[in-house]
Amino acid sequence: MKKISVLLLFVAFIVTAAFTSIAPTPYKIGDVATDFKLKSVDGKMYSMSYYKKAKGFIVVFTCNHCPFAKKYEDRINDLAKNYKSQGYILLAINPNDPEVEPDDSYELMQQRAKEKGFVFPYLLDEGQKIYPQYGATKTPHVFLLDKNRVVKYIGAIDDNVDSAAEVKVKYLENAIAALENGKNPSPEMTKAIGCSIKSKK
Amino acid sequence: MKYYVCLMVVFLFSVQIQAQKVAVFDSYSDLEKAVLSDENTTYVVNFWATWCLPCVKELPYFEQLNSANKNLKVVLISLDFKNQYETKLLPFLKENNIKSEVVLLTDKDYNTWLSVVDKDWSGSIPATLVISKRKKKFVEKMFSDYEELNQYVNSIIN
Repeated sequence: MKKISVLLLFVAFIVTAAFTSIAPTPYKIGDVATDFKLKSVDGKMYSMSYYKKAKGFIVVFTCNHCPFAKKYEDRINDLAKNYKSQGYILLAINPNDPEVEPDDSYELMQQRAKEKGFVFPYLLDEGQKIYPQYGATKTPHVFLLDKNRVVKYIGAIDDNVDSAAEVKVKYLENAIAALENGKNPSPEMTKAIGCSIKSKK
Repeated sequence: MKYYVCLMVVFLFSVQIQAQKVAVFDSYSDLEKAVLSDENTTYVVNFWATWCLPCVKELPYFEQLNSANKNLKVVLISLDFKNQYETKLLPFLKENNIKSEVVLLTDKDYNTWLSVVDKDWSGSIPATLVISKRKKKFVEKMFSDYEELNQYVNSIIN
């Protein structure tokens, strides 16, 4: 009898464990990314579906407070400027919970966007519903999607956080060039340091 | 009396350590060879930076672990920016009286060395690597208190 109850307990444990791990699997290359409807610093809502003629989307998870993200602010702005005319739309999403990281509040996002003259929608992942689906873990974290929202590249913008002038490999730009040529980016994924995304536990 | 002598020794020792320079490595493989290569040592390696708030928050737990468990060695690998070595990192270590070994890693070829640490590391910090008896165990998270860290480390090395 005792053995059976131990077994039952074990089964109950396994079942509970199986059903409590609800964290979605991070996107891999080839997955279709979800669209979203998020508010930007201009007060308007933005979705990818809004851009009917886009050839692709550069989704950048970034934020105000992270020194690593800050080093990329100007580069992100330049990418948005340079690629919009080519049909690639850059959308930046702040994934942090402002209650955990007050520097990343909507108001301070508005302020930062104004100071830096951001030319791209700077969206707040209100309720933190979007970043877990993408599997973003840090800022900055880039996802390049084609026009059908198929994930083509995940990772870093380039290989030198300290200095744009000393960059040797522009991973993201190379990936976009590959898409333009109808090829798969190489590499399809890169790694970089970043600030962990802030959420309540 | 014995207690005071102990305290005195600890105090003197810490002052001495504080006066040490922080070694700077431009490549992770050089760092590995120089700092993490003794096969008889259990290393608890924490990747952090002064600009990373959750990292700074959990540093005291690593400090506590280092002083409480003499069978292991805590190594704090700072990923601070190179040009903030003197302006940020050194003053931080002094202010917070950090006693564990600290090294600065300025290897910007993340795409290569992050995978050497662990193939699944996405690159967010804090992150912690335990090296024990040639085995490596890696976790990409923040420990919420000393107990959690201590239990985690013990579960690997025992």
